[in-house]
Amino acid sequence: MEIMYVMIGLSLLMAIGFLIAFIWSVRAGQLEDLITPALRILPEDSKIQKIIHKKYEGN
Amino acid sequence: MKAINTNLEQFSYDNKIVLNFSIATIIWGIVGMLVGVIIATQLVLPAVNFTQYGSFGRIRPLHTNAVIFAFVGNAIFAGIYYSLQRLLKARMYSDFLSYLHFWGWQCIIVAAAITLPMGLTTSHEYAELEWPIDIAIALVWVVFGINMFGTIIKRREQHLYVAIWFYIATFITIAVLHITNSVQLPISFLKSYYVYAGVQDALVQWWYGHNAVAFFLTTPYLGMMYYFLPKMANRPVYSYRLSILHFWALIFIYIWAGPHHLLYSSLPEWAQSLGVVFSIMLIAPSWGGMINGLLTLRGAWDQVRENTILKFMVVGITTYGMATFEGPMLSLKNINAIAHFTDWIVAHVHVGALGWNGFLTFAILYWMIPRIFQTKLYSEKWLKMHFWIATIGIALYTIPMYISGFTQGMMWKQFTNEGTLQYGNFLDTTLQLIPMHQMRAIGGTLYLIGAIIMAFNLFKTMAKGHLLANEPAEASALIRNSVIDSKGHWHRWIEKRPIQFLLASLVVILIGSLVELVPTFMIQSNIPTISTVKPYTPLELEGRDVYIREGCVGCHSQMVRPFRSETERYGEFSQSGEFVYDHPFLWGSKRTGPDLHRVGGKYPNSWHFQHMKDPSSMSPGSIMPTYEWLYTQTLDTSFTKSKLDAMRTLGVPYNEMEVREAVQNLENQAMGIQKNLAENKIKIGANKEIIALIAYLQRLGTDIKINQ
Repeated sequence: MEIMYVMIGLSLLMAIGFLIAFIWSVRAGQLEDLITPALRILPEDSKIQKIIHKKYEGN
Repeated sequence: MKAINTNLEQFSYDNKIVLNFSIATIIWGIVGMLVGVIIATQLVLPAVNFTQYGSFGRIRPLHTNAVIFAFVGNAIFAGIYYSLQRLLKARMYSDFLSYLHFWGWQCIIVAAAITLPMGLTTSHEYAELEWPIDIAIALVWVVFGINMFGTIIKRREQHLYVAIWFYIATFITIAVLHITNSVQLPISFLKSYYVYAGVQDALVQWWYGHNAVAFFLTTPYLGMMYYFLPKMANRPVYSYRLSILHFWALIFIYIWAGPHHLLYSSLPEWAQSLGVVFSIMLIAPSWGGMINGLLTLRGAWDQVRENTILKFMVVGITTYGMATFEGPMLSLKNINAIAHFTDWIVAHVHVGALGWNGFLTFAILYWMIPRIFQTKLYSEKWLKMHFWIATIGIALYTIPMYISGFTQGMMWKQFTNEGTLQYGNFLDTTLQLIPMHQMRAIGGTLYLIGAIIMAFNLFKTMAKGHLLANEPAEASALIRNSVIDSKGHWHRWIEKRPIQFLLASLVVILIGSLVELVPTFMIQSNIPTISTVKPYTPLELEGRDVYIREGCVGCHSQMVRPFRSETERYGEFSQSGEFVYDHPFLWGSKRTGPDLHRVGGKYPNSWHFQHMKDPSSMSPGSIMPTYEWLYTQTLDTSFTKSKLDAMRTLGVPYNEMEVREAVQNLENQAMGIQKNLAENKIKIGANKEIIALIAYLQRLGTDIKINQ
C-alpha cells in the first residue's frame, strides 16, 4: 500500500502549500482589514453600469 | 508619487468572454441534463437503449462529464471571468489566453461527447476520458491558471477578496488531482491502462473523485457565492471574518476525506477511519459557508420575497447545507453500510448538483446576462416559472431516490426467520424500485424544462439588449508599498510576489509528488499476495476491455463487502490480494444490478450468451440493456500483444512466451468456449466479442473459489 504514502505525501504538500499561502496572506496584511473589503465590492466602478442601475433598478 | 485621485487609469472589462462561457453553460447544460433524462428513462424502459452508442453504460459517463465539466465547468469560468476582473479592477491578463481557454475547453467537451459514446473510456468515474484528452485538459487548465494569476499580478486592488482565494485553491488542487489520477500507460492513441492497480488504483481514484467534488463543485461556487450574493442583495457578506476562517478550514480538511468512499472495502482500516474523522470535521467549515451565505440576507428577506434570483440563491445555499450535512453522515460506517451502492448516493449527489451548482448557476446567469447586455431580463414571469418548475423538479427527483435508496439497502440485507435472504433474487429489489425511478425521471424532466425556459428567456434578453463587449472602467493604479521594508529579507521579497510564490509552491508540490511517485513504481507492492491469483489470459484481458468499453462498471460492483448479507448472496468477500493485476480497478460505486466479483463459474457459458443477447430471457423483467452488437462485432486482437506488454511493464508477471503467443492463446481459449456453446446448440464465431466477455465473466473471482 505504498500508494498511501503518495496520497498522504501529496495531500501534505498541498496542505503545506496552502499553509504557506496563509502565512503569506497574514504577513502581507491581507487580513488586517476584515470589514471594508466586504463593502468595497458593492459599488459599480463602471459608469455605464451605474447608469443602467439607475434606469432599471432605481438605486 | 502622485496623489491617488489623479492617478486614475482607464481600462475595460472583457464581457465578451463572459458571454461566451455563459452561452456554453446554457447549451451544454441542456445537453447534459437531456442525457440525464435519457439514462433515467432507460432505467425504467430498457428499450430506450438505442444502438451501442446510446446504451446506458456508455452514455452515463457522458451525462456526468457533460454536467460536471461542460455545464458546471463553463459556469465556473463565466463566473470567475466576470467577478475576477471586477474584484481586481483589471481586465483579464491576456485576451488571447482567454479565448484559447474558451475554445480549448469546448474542443475537450466535443472530444468527450464523441469518444464516450464510442466506448473509449478509462473507467475511472468522472475521469473517464482517454489520455490524449487528459493531456489537453491539463494544458487548457494551465492556460486558465496563467490567465488568472496574470490578472492577479496586474491588479489595481491590494486586497485579494475572499472569492479569489477560493478560485486559487480550485486551480491548484484540480491541477494536482487531475495529473495524479491520469497517470496512464498508453497502448494506442485511444487506449491506455492505469499505472496503479486494484486497491491502490481505487484509493487514487477516490482521492481524486472526492476532491473533484470539493474543488470543482464546491470551492469555485463558494467563491462565486461570496461575490454574487452580496452584489445581488446589495449588502455586504454577513461576516467577512467568517468567510476567511471557513475558507482556510475547508481546504485544509477537505483533502483528507477521500477514503470514505471505500468503507468496508479492502482499504486498510486506519485509512478508512482517517477519512471518516475528517469527513465529520468538514461539517464545521461547510456550514460556516452556508450560514454566512444565508445570514448575508438577514434583514433583507423582504427582497427574497420579491426577487426570484435571490430565491434561486437561497434554495441553492440551503441545499448546500443539506448535502454537506448528509455527506459526513453517509461517511459514518454504520450508515454507509446501508447507503453505499444504493440510490441514496445518487440522491445525495443530485441534491448538491441540482440545488447548489444548478441553482447558483441559474441565478448568476440571470443576474449577469442583463447587465452585460445593458437591459432588463426579458421576462420576469418566465423567471418565476423556471424557479418553481426547477424546485419541484428537485423534490420529485430526490425524494423518490431517497426512498428508493433506503428500500434497496434494506431489501439487500433482509433475512427471513430461517436465516436465508428474503430477497435472494436480486431482481426482486430492482423491480421494487421502478415506480421511484419513474418519478425520478419526471423530476429530472421538469428540471430540464426549467433550463430550456431559462435558455429561451436569456436568449430573448440578449436579442433585446446590446452587448457591452468592453465595459469601460477606471481605478487608481496599485501603489505597491515597497518602501516599508527595504531590509531585504528573502521572505519579504517573496511576500510581495504572491504569484511567484504560488507558482513556486506548485513546483514544490510537483517535485514532491515525483519524488513520492517514482519509488512507488520501483518497489514491489506489499499488498498480501495470494499465490492462486494469476494474471488474466489474453482472451480474458480483451473481455475485460469490452467490459470497460460497455461501461458495465456503471451498474455492477466488483466488491463483496464483509457482511453476512453480501457473502450469503454473492460468495466470499473480496480481498485486496485479488485485485493486484487489475489496471484499472473495477469495484464500481453503484449496484443497479448485482455484484459481479464472484460471478465466475456461477452460470454456464450458454446462460451468459443468452443473457447478454436478451437479459429478460434469462431474468424476466430485467432492466439491463441488450448487447446484440457483441455477437456481430469481431474482437480486435491487433493490440492484444501490446496490452500484455503494457501489463508486463506495470509489473504483471507475464513471461515473454505468453506475450509472444498472446493471439494464439487467445484463439485457442475462444475456440474452447465456442465448442462448449456448440454443445448447447449455440452457433457463434470464436472471434466475436461476446466470447471474450464470457471468458472474462467466467474468470471473475474464481482464483480463490477454486481452492475452497
